[in-house]
Amino acid sequence: MTDVASLNSVASGNALELRGVTKMFGALAAISDVTFSVRPGERRAVLGSNGAGKTTLFNCITGDFFATAGSIRLFGEDVTTFPAHERIRRGLRRTYQISLLFGGLTVADNVYIACRGVSRGRFSLLRPRRSDPLLARVGELIEAVNLTEWRNTLVSELSYGQQRQLEIALALAGAPRFILFDEPAAGLSPTERRELIEILNGLPSHIGYIIIEHDMDVALRVSESVTMMHNGRVFKEGTPTEIENDPEVQELYLGDGSHSHG
Amino acid sequence: MSASDPLSQIFQSSARRAAPEPTWVERIPLAVWIVGFVLLIMPLIANNFWLFQVFGWTFILGMIALSLMFLAGYGGMVSLIQMSVAGMAGYAVAILGTSGMSDLSLGWPWWLHIPVAIIIAAIFGTIVGALAVRTEGIYTIMITLAIASAFFYFTRQNYEIFNGYSGFNLVVPPRLFGVDWRQPVPFYYLTLACAVLSYLAVIYVSRSPFGLALQGVRDGPRRMAALGYNVTAHRIAAYTFASVIAAVGGILLVWQNSQISPGTVGIPAVIDILVIAVVGGLRRPIGPFVGALIYVLLRTFSPDLLTGFGLSGERFKTLIGMGFLLIVFFSPDGVLGLWDRWRARQQRKRDPLRDRSTR
Repeated sequence: MTDVASLNSVASGNALELRGVTKMFGALAAISDVTFSVRPGERRAVLGSNGAGKTTLFNCITGDFFATAGSIRLFGEDVTTFPAHERIRRGLRRTYQISLLFGGLTVADNVYIACRGVSRGRFSLLRPRRSDPLLARVGELIEAVNLTEWRNTLVSELSYGQQRQLEIALALAGAPRFILFDEPAAGLSPTERRELIEILNGLPSHIGYIIIEHDMDVALRVSESVTMMHNGRVFKEGTPTEIENDPEVQELYLGDGSHSHG
Repeated sequence: MSASDPLSQIFQSSARRAAPEPTWVERIPLAVWIVGFVLLIMPLIANNFWLFQVFGWTFILGMIALSLMFLAGYGGMVSLIQMSVAGMAGYAVAILGTSGMSDLSLGWPWWLHIPVAIIIAAIFGTIVGALAVRTEGIYTIMITLAIASAFFYFTRQNYEIFNGYSGFNLVVPPRLFGVDWRQPVPFYYLTLACAVLSYLAVIYVSRSPFGLALQGVRDGPRRMAALGYNVTAHRIAAYTFASVIAAVGGILLVWQNSQISPGTVGIPAVIDILVIAVVGGLRRPIGPFVGALIYVLLRTFSPDLLTGFGLSGERFKTLIGMGFLLIVFFSPDGVLGLWDRWRARQQRKRDPLRDRSTR
């Protein structure tokens, strides 16, 4: 399957392609007619005030909800009707705005589950051997997000910032090709934000991502293109500089005070 | 572990791992060794009534309740179908093997009818699971209870296969290695072995990829889907695993009673399994066995006790009900929860500065 998918992606050339994606909650359109595409390895920020439909967009892309209308192509393959786990197995990953971690398990177990989710043996009844390469990979991922010291700590005992870092480790498990980051910097201290920017900029160049971020400083430093959303629609697209200097964007986005909140 | 192994480096860098790793003998607490030894030499201490009626029954009910604990504790699914799955295995043994109803029983040899009975029960449990996993919380309880009562009425009204109201009698274990397995001592060891194996299987599987994923599904199904897991398939597979344990318990139960009838899978029996699991504690696999022992002791001795106080022996259900209320009221984690709290208090008394997290 993956081979076919990667062949197709060469043909269409896009990692992610949204065409007319609409999600209705009853009579309310959370997002309507969203169309844009992202190249492989591209890093894009999605901006917009609260209620602009950013998280709903993520939920439609990952399959947490199904889109009411429109089509979603992942690496050239139409995944519109695929359940979430099928999309994830094709290289898509996401983080959540509110931590959705396994509080009763340790850091290492959380990362292990994430690594196992996209590899063989999900239903294995046999415990992993010490030499299992997956365990080594778990160690590397924990190291990558600076949590090695807390490897055997229960996740519910971690600080908020550490939980956010673990969220990223879970998204990096397996072989991600495209990641959706949902407000990874929310609630982080300035130091933790700097670490986050380092982690994001340090990702291998073949991994593309979309990041939802209220903090313009973070968003513009980790992205090469920007999509502005407003009331569930794509409002503007451009480079970070274009968007920053766009008078309409300034009025809409900076005017409502979101920027000063960060 | 070699020093070049990245895992060992991580372990060594962690302060907690400074002490050499204990061997498996050292890792098992002393209390477990003592309980294990006492269980092993029990036939020297206890009489036949205790071996067969009290301990045999405790292990059997403990296994069926353990299958409920596995689904509820690790999977977050309270299933009331476990007694019916056990009953299905019991019925299958009676129908496929030999019984007093020689025109209904097929008389297959033991090496065929026992595995097939377990497989039939596992398929039954899996199908019920497939229906039940689409619901959550109270609705899982309702749908499994509904199917359990449907199964009860079906066995009572179907005479062609299940022999209706009277069921099957004279269902006994096969005579293997020249041993009559229904004699108290062999039966005690048979049920003990099955119970210990199921218990160890649950402990082992809870730390396997499947078990970890199941706990992940319990804590965050949405997140598990976002990690590439098929949440529904994991829940259904948990039902299959639990059904196998319940099926073994069901076969032992029919051998112990030497009969099976609709009453075995009736609603009171279904509820009793839930009571046993909750009273013992749903958090750890030993809970159901503790609950089963309490239940069996009450059930066996409270009629005499009540008659001693001038009450009708039939009122033992009141006693069990009150015990259930008290335990659930004072400790939502069952008897094990009480035990944990008592130990924590003892530890604080001995060492007031001891931190909970270093336990």
